[in-house]
Amino acid sequence: MKNLTSNMMLIATLLISGATFARAASSEADFKAAYAAAEAANKEAAGLRNQWTTTAATLAAAKKSADSGDFDQAVTQSREAEALAKASVFQATSEKERWKDLEIR
Amino acid sequence: MRKWISLVSAALALAFAAPPAIAADTPDPLADAKAFQKYFTTKFPKLKLEDFVNGPYSMNEDLYKQWQEKEQFPPYEFALEAGKEMFATPFRNGKTYGDCFPNQGIGIRQNYPYFDEKEGKVITLELALNRCREANGEPPFSYVKDEMASLTAYMAFTSRGKPFDIKIPDERRALEAYQKGKEYFYTRRGQLNFSCATCHVQEPGERIRAEVLAPALGIMNALPIYRSEWSGMGTTSRRLVTCNSQTRAVPINPQDEEYRDVEYYLSYMSNGLPISGPGARP
Repeated sequence: MKNLTSNMMLIATLLISGATFARAASSEADFKAAYAAAEAANKEAAGLRNQWTTTAATLAAAKKSADSGDFDQAVTQSREAEALAKASVFQATSEKERWKDLEIR
Repeated sequence: MRKWISLVSAALALAFAAPPAIAADTPDPLADAKAFQKYFTTKFPKLKLEDFVNGPYSMNEDLYKQWQEKEQFPPYEFALEAGKEMFATPFRNGKTYGDCFPNQGIGIRQNYPYFDEKEGKVITLELALNRCREANGEPPFSYVKDEMASLTAYMAFTSRGKPFDIKIPDERRALEAYQKGKEYFYTRRGQLNFSCATCHVQEPGERIRAEVLAPALGIMNALPIYRSEWSGMGTTSRRLVTCNSQTRAVPINPQDEEYRDVEYYLSYMSNGLPISGPGARP
């Protein structure tokens, strides 16, 4: 019984420490890297004349979170902005031919 | 010698055997306009061609009745009066807007935009007005509202009833501008993945939230417009910028090439339909 209790304690400790490790706080450097990646993707969208307002808004929100010291949130928002920017690039690229499907002929 | 004759004969035979294939992407504005107008007249068989310039009012009986009442005291009247006065007021150098335009600027709205073969670009009425100001030492106006809307309102009013008569010169650059305008019109953009055509070709007459969508045919004829949603007047530039932001796309600058080209394309599609601007919209 004593062994069982010890084993359970050990498993619980491992689980808690694992969860803590997974949720390790993001640093300012993490934010800067994520933000730079998002900005680069949005710049590519600008080159295609197809930026989305939501990308700009999410980038601004990320910066605001970083300014207030919440780097976890800032990283999450930067990654979201990057995904949005990449989607806008995909849209602009695929529409180069797809627009013809809508044309009245 | 015989060999040469054979070669020349073979070349001629190749040249004349079949007509040169027209590339599928070669712009044919006339055929496009015919198909465009047919699409809308088939979709709305009860409407006369000229009714399409009334936008959502032509699509919905209740709105039509409201509009008839609104036209008793039209909300664009103040802008129209202001535009008339501005148009007649000389610049500091003594010249007027009329000096910059054919026929002193009266009754010419239906010819804009046009393709300037010297510059190789589309010139809209709004661009021409600001160029007129700058050429006479005056600062340009905002392209989206206020003074620009008033001036274009007055100029549109002097053309009321005149059919759009947009010309596309048979030259490469003009056809390219036309084609780019068409491409812009049908291209999906913004997070909502909408093109201009999504609303104004696929869904005219349907509601998007509280709005009844206008058909693309005749949509340029009523501009500039007073929009209740804006609580004020707006130009063609404002309409295009707003459309972009409503789809969650970052708008480009008013009078950028893409906007001028799409105005050129859409105006050409409405050739033959009367100018009805300035208009009023919900």
